Amino acid sequence: MSNDWPLFEVFIRSRAGLEHKHVGSLHAADARMAIEHARDVYTRRQEGISIWVVPSAQIIASDPGEAEELFEPARDKVYRHPTFYDIPEEVKNL
Amino acid sequence: MYTQALDSQGKEPVALPAEDAARSAHFQARVDAEEKIEPKDWMPEAYRHTLMRQISQHAHSEIVGMLPEGNWITRAPSLRRKAVLIAKVQDEGGHGMYLYSAAETLGISRAEMFAQLLSGKAKYSSIFNYPTLTWADVGAIGWLVDGAAIMNQIPICRCSYGPYARAMVRICKEESFHQRQGFEIMLTLARGSGAQRAMAQDALNRWWWPSIMMFGPSDADSKHTAQSMRWKIKRFSNDELRQKFIDVTVPQAHFLGLSIPDPQLRWNEATERYDIGPIDWSEFHAVLKGNGPCNRERLEARRAAYEAGEWVREAAAAHARKQRARAAA
Repeated sequence: MSNDWPLFEVFIRSRAGLEHKHVGSLHAADARMAIEHARDVYTRRQEGISIWVVPSAQIIASDPGEAEELFEPARDKVYRHPTFYDIPEEVKNL
Repeated sequence: MYTQALDSQGKEPVALPAEDAARSAHFQARVDAEEKIEPKDWMPEAYRHTLMRQISQHAHSEIVGMLPEGNWITRAPSLRRKAVLIAKVQDEGGHGMYLYSAAETLGISRAEMFAQLLSGKAKYSSIFNYPTLTWADVGAIGWLVDGAAIMNQIPICRCSYGPYARAMVRICKEESFHQRQGFEIMLTLARGSGAQRAMAQDALNRWWWPSIMMFGPSDADSKHTAQSMRWKIKRFSNDELRQKFIDVTVPQAHFLGLSIPDPQLRWNEATERYDIGPIDWSEFHAVLKGNGPCNRERLEARRAAYEAGEWVREAAAAHARKQRARAAA
């Protein structure tokens, strides 16, 4: 059964203005079935106004084993944060 | 609860090679720091396998759990009750889906999990091996069985494995309507005619002890609890959760004007909790072994559903293949 029905990852946008969030996965025979099943499994309480389904095999993920090197460049750039800067209190609107 | 079968069996952990011992130590440090473990993170094989078993058995419990209540959909006493019961049973199906999805992230396929359930190799919660004899049983299940499930599932929302914890958060949100639906049924019956009150009391008489047993063997008899707690899969012991459930539920029964079928039930002023009579563990083990009232019937129903649905799955796959071929041509 599941041999012919590939795995899809499901993303739901809960309301206009928000991004699609990953909520889980399901097996379906094709894209249309995946959308309808996602509707049945993940939006029974009106949790979504928009659904994305993506075949899981199409998702490319970073390797957690590589995470340290991959994210290292940002580690010593604390000056990207506003709190790094010392502005006198009397200055408004900064 | 979903470790009922795990609690009473099992081998001792195997000694690890040196490299794995270092990674295990790092893994344990992450768990101790309340970090979540995600699917592609390194994890001890024993952690992976314990979770695969627990999550898949939890999923099976949801799916099999649709059967005792599904039994009453055609005979619900009103349209409202029917619609509500259908929604509850649909939710249980959905919960199974969330959990199979979480289990698959660990490297087991859905087909394999179904094969384990249908062959009888995988367990599911003992409670679903009891029959629903009257409409009041539907109320008792919502009130007691879903109540016990909530007690068990809320701590799992904080378990160390990310996908399982997230699935639990979704499930807990939906579960509270289940318990209220059940209690409302019991309340209506308890406030009804003499026959309705008697039906409610009879259902409570039959579902109380099996619900208590849902929490699994007592702590002294649960070999795997310590490791599950160290890995933060389990957050409270079986006895702790069982006691919590009893202390919360007895006052609800008093409100209903129904009596708990335990002549030794007593409020303990010193400990500020309810003391109960002895649990019949022989019944629990018999049911786990496959000799409960409905074990065979439940498995046969699942097998029949799986076989009867084969043509639908094949047709859908054939249709998809045809559409892809047409698009490619």
